[in-house]
Amino acid sequence: MDFELIRTVFPFFLKAAWVTVLLSVLTAILGLICGSLGAAARLSRSRVLRFLGAAYVSVFRGTPALIQLFLLYFGGPQIGIQLDAFQAGVIGLGVNAGAYMTETIRGAIIAVDRGQTEAARTIGMSRWQAMRHVILPQAMRLMIRPLGVNINALIKATALVAPISVVELTYTAQRYIGSTYRPFEMFLLAGILYLIIILSVGRVVGWLDRKARIA
Amino acid sequence: MGLDFSVLGGFWGLLLQGTLWTVAITVLAGVLSYIGGVLFAVVALYAPAVIRWPFRLFEALFMGTPLLLQLFLIYFGLIQIGIDLPAFVAGVIGLGLHFAVYNSELIQAAILAVDKGQTEAARTIGLSRWQALRHVVIPQAVRAVIPPIGNNMIALLKDSALVSVIGVAELTLSAQQAISRTFRPFEFYLAAAVLYYIVNLGMEAVQRRIERRIAASR
Repeated sequence: MDFELIRTVFPFFLKAAWVTVLLSVLTAILGLICGSLGAAARLSRSRVLRFLGAAYVSVFRGTPALIQLFLLYFGGPQIGIQLDAFQAGVIGLGVNAGAYMTETIRGAIIAVDRGQTEAARTIGMSRWQAMRHVILPQAMRLMIRPLGVNINALIKATALVAPISVVELTYTAQRYIGSTYRPFEMFLLAGILYLIIILSVGRVVGWLDRKARIA
Repeated sequence: MGLDFSVLGGFWGLLLQGTLWTVAITVLAGVLSYIGGVLFAVVALYAPAVIRWPFRLFEALFMGTPLLLQLFLIYFGLIQIGIDLPAFVAGVIGLGLHFAVYNSELIQAAILAVDKGQTEAARTIGLSRWQALRHVVIPQAVRAVIPPIGNNMIALLKDSALVSVIGVAELTLSAQQAISRTFRPFEFYLAAAVLYYIVNLGMEAVQRRIERRIAASR
């Protein structure tokens, strides 16, 4: 273990970890938006929307995220979509994460007892009002932990932007493995920073979950 | 530059060959991850504390870091200690180890879920602790865990695309080779996506069949 070397490269890893955090936050936000829309489509009364929602989930969960990202970043310009690597990373990974989140959100909504909707409808609420005031507040509590699992996976998936040269943690580790020939030290350094990010997010999710249970 | 799918024509052979390699990697790494998962689970649960704690640390590190980073570690790390494996072997080992850690979590839970009475009964008829584990508990745990492991295998298929980055000539790398000759990324990545999707549907069908058979045998 070469501590001198670790001290020298540490600032670069820290900066890269910040890029990973930024990527993760933006990807999670986009994922939640896509996931909510996807779940709404899958639970809609329109058959077309239900089909589109199911197709979105099936296609994006059924093909590698790396291929989706390459298709967007390298293939995009052919159909008039010009993005830099960071933007492509956020959009590609966010839409991919959204497919997984669609199923999480939908699962939480259908886990709320059907009788709840029926009762709300009986006292004169519209379908939307029942969803908004009765079902969603309860589903929200159920989806916090599983969404935390999705976000955990998404943080690790941000490494996929390394091959398109976004300077985040995995790219930085790879570069220093190549220049220092010290794979174990570089892996450990990047690994510990990933663990810190993931454990912190786990803490926040646990806190939100406890709050939601008390409320 | 518009789209022109006729460029795919000359490259179907290359893409199909890549697909076969992808399937081969998935199967080999899948078998490795299953066997590795059982071994890891036994170590995590029953090894003496000196081995168990460092092992738990290794597990946490592998579950908390991206597969891509682990592939770099294995590929370049082995070269550093003088083992120059072909990229294909390094890729299979990397994928296999990564998913072995995830499978181990499932198998640990399944082992703990096997009724305690089973071990007690086995011990009563004179089996040693290890024999009871080996002949009574593990065979039951290993069966109980097949459906969730099926989900991990489908995840493995998709993650196998990552080994293209260390130079394994599977489907993703085949598409890239075709792109470097034609400069048509959209057409070839889309074709690769379709091929992955077909293999994925096939694996899902196999998984459903196995699950039905298990359900029927209960």
